[in-house]
Amino acid sequence: MDALDRAIINNLQGGFPICAEPYHEVASQLGTTAEELLRRLDALLESGTLSRFGPMYHAERLGGGLTLAAMQVPPEDFERVAAIVNAFPEVAHNYAREHALNMWFVLATETPERIDQVIAAIERDTGYPVHNMPKQDEFFVGLRFEA
Amino acid sequence: MTPRPATAMRPDYTEPLLDSIDRQIIVATQAGLPRVTHPYHAIATQLGLAAEDVMHRLRRMLETGIIRRIGAVPNHYALGYKANGMSVWDVPDERVHELGEKIGALDSVSHCYHRPRHLPAWPYNLFAMVHGRDRDEVEAKVRTIADLLGMAERGHTVLYSTRILKKTGLRLGG
Repeated sequence: MDALDRAIINNLQGGFPICAEPYHEVASQLGTTAEELLRRLDALLESGTLSRFGPMYHAERLGGGLTLAAMQVPPEDFERVAAIVNAFPEVAHNYAREHALNMWFVLATETPERIDQVIAAIERDTGYPVHNMPKQDEFFVGLRFEA
Repeated sequence: MTPRPATAMRPDYTEPLLDSIDRQIIVATQAGLPRVTHPYHAIATQLGLAAEDVMHRLRRMLETGIIRRIGAVPNHYALGYKANGMSVWDVPDERVHELGEKIGALDSVSHCYHRPRHLPAWPYNLFAMVHGRDRDEVEAKVRTIADLLGMAERGHTVLYSTRILKKTGLRLGG
């Protein structure tokens, strides 16, 4: 990763313009060409340095349901439960974490009502209770990852 | 970063109006923008729309907060932020807004949410995701949060992720 890659990552985490030739506009600001910027973006996406390039949508405002849920799973049963949980298409992310509550996943559903149904199904299929922790407030954060 | 009023992030907005064309645009762009010189024209061609209409609708979704922002989403692991700690805090409910705003304003807190307690298993009501190059860096940032909360804090812990079990993007069905 060179200075241009870092400049792209540090300056393009928001504010990408909506106009006819947005890559050209951004490239001018970065002192490069649209062709070079597109090549760099392709490479950064290909290498996994960027996971995505485009609009980030606000899931709840699309009318769907979104929540964080946690489970306490005995270590000897962890892989079985992970496979069951991951098989639900509504499970967007699932992380193992160091805590008594050791499995944490994000549910994203087409409708808000569907959240409770999926949680009930996961409890039924795994045999363990699910703690539903929907966000009650979101506080603005300004973080940009520095490359 | 664009400063915006805290109230803009509260979930008490009225249901926004998205029509079927908006939803087509969302489905067409949620995995990413085309990397061609005229990306919005490319989307318009794909959907049989006018490019001006696509740009107008995207601008409106950006203004109403349906789109949080448009740009690059870095993989923080790939950038060297290998330690990711979910710090969770037990603070008085009547102060959670005020304290959440302060923590969200700190560098390196990527998400900050008020969530329900699940007593007795889970006494924490404020979540702040903290990223660092290693656990020492995360711990130092967590100490900064603890200092900021001072006497308002009744307990906290940090949950480190040990494994990604699944990671897919949030998807709206086409």
